[in-house]
Amino acid sequence: MTALTIPAGMPQYDDKPRFDVERVRADFPILGREVNGHPLVYLDSGNTSQKPRQVIDAVARYYAEHNANVARSVHTLGTESTEAYEGARAKVAAFIGAPSVDEVVFTKNATEALNLVAHAFGPHAQDPRFRLGPGDEIVISEMEHHSNIVPWQLLCERTGATLRWFGLTESGRLDETNLDELVNERTKIVSIVHMSNVLGTVNATARITARVREVGALLMLDCSQSVPHLPMDVVDYDADFIAFTGHKMLGPTGIGVLWGRLELLNTMPPFLGGGSMIETVKMTGSTFAPAPARFEAGTPPIAQAVGLGAAIDYLNAVGMDAVAWHDKELTAYALDALDTVPGLRIYGPKVPVGRGATISFTLDGIHPHDVGQVLDSLGVQVRVGHHCAKPICDRFAVPALTRASFYLYTTTDEVDALVRGLDQVRKVFA
Amino acid sequence: MQLDQLYQEIILDHYKRPQGRGLREPFAADVHHVNPTCGDEITLRVALDGETISDISYDGQGCSISQASASVLYELCNGRTVDGALTVHAAFVELMGGKGQIEPDEEVLGDAVAFAGVAKYPARVKCALLSWMALKDAVAQAVALEKEEV
Repeated sequence: MTALTIPAGMPQYDDKPRFDVERVRADFPILGREVNGHPLVYLDSGNTSQKPRQVIDAVARYYAEHNANVARSVHTLGTESTEAYEGARAKVAAFIGAPSVDEVVFTKNATEALNLVAHAFGPHAQDPRFRLGPGDEIVISEMEHHSNIVPWQLLCERTGATLRWFGLTESGRLDETNLDELVNERTKIVSIVHMSNVLGTVNATARITARVREVGALLMLDCSQSVPHLPMDVVDYDADFIAFTGHKMLGPTGIGVLWGRLELLNTMPPFLGGGSMIETVKMTGSTFAPAPARFEAGTPPIAQAVGLGAAIDYLNAVGMDAVAWHDKELTAYALDALDTVPGLRIYGPKVPVGRGATISFTLDGIHPHDVGQVLDSLGVQVRVGHHCAKPICDRFAVPALTRASFYLYTTTDEVDALVRGLDQVRKVFA
Repeated sequence: MQLDQLYQEIILDHYKRPQGRGLREPFAADVHHVNPTCGDEITLRVALDGETISDISYDGQGCSISQASASVLYELCNGRTVDGALTVHAAFVELMGGKGQIEPDEEVLGDAVAFAGVAKYPARVKCALLSWMALKDAVAQAVALEKEEV
């Protein structure tokens, strides 16, 4: 690569925020283990991230020192638990730039958050923006995770509405050529992925948002892959809803987030009925609490919320700008390195611009399962299969893909280990 | 774990040079099975001549384990009686469920003994079983049809 000289007075590469990856790695106990006699090379962070000691300790400390149920106890432990749980909500709100803490609804994962919003639509919805029936349209895209496809398909089956979608370009970006026709006066909601879990594509949402506003529809972004990796400001993005999950951003499993504009959340019907979500209950009927409680029936994932709060503290200490830049440099390195492997084809953008640290590929004539198995024997953990996004595989006419996905603890040495492993794969199946 | 236990030479041979592959006519039953977690799929047909399975033809896509397994299945079961094929089927299913603790009977299983190592990899057992489940399904359908016609 030719070294480019950036003129003085312009932002220099050295100005970019950076962190010490080795110091970060030292915080993750699991990164010290071996797999099949080799040092662990964990390249499956898009699936779930590893957890730093700080998060593991926060969950353990919560159980050891504060454990009680939330939002109902007058005793000291109950108060401490409620403060810990609500404190985590405040951290999430600040992390994504939410104007109000009440706009953060804890769910069990991003899937539940997406289903919750889909469930608000129907023929009898109070608010006309959620009223849906035959002739109305919902728009998704061909690069969605199944969790942003199936809830909308089910909704369309229930209501007779029509599901439509953006196609993909050959380079794995959203095809917006028919935007004005696709998103129109019949569109009630556009729900698209912010960063693809397969292609790594980060969708530029501005044009779509402008069109959504023009036709008076709602906009939901599936941020499961983006919130862990990029600075997020929901006001900047001008979305109506976003969904993401804790376990992909250093937090525990079992906790997800729905962020929605408060005014919308408070017109939506409850999702699950039960304790904590009511205003008053009589045998003849009930009324419901405002958001977020309205959507948090039953005992919530308290320790998991505390863990997510600790994960956000950790990410803030490193700095999300630094995380994003680390991802970018690593992705640039990996794209170049993978390009040297004979027979390897990358699906998704081949430049480290407008994409995240997730790279999916095929190796000529070798099934991804076999690729993954040989890599595992060398300690390299990658995901293989259709990645819960089968329409992408169909779009590119491949049965399955191998995916390497990185995070703030991933090193260039690990990318090298992947490339060496792929040579080994080719030897076994030569 | 030793990778060569999983990818035995026999398995790689069958993968690279599959036996009996391709869909043929005539057939009595035609089934399509998928492994929803990984997207592997197989279409399998059986033709019956009285009690005998006169042809097993198949086509599919998937990993070396699933494709080699279909090839071995063809070698072992094609031309056998329905009962004979189901005996092999039962032995193979038992081997796959054995977590690597079962000593396979080479008399019954032939090349399929090479799959003993696969049983130690829980994530891959379903790959090995895909074509065998399709066979059982197809044979059951074909036999049922034959009974209807009699």
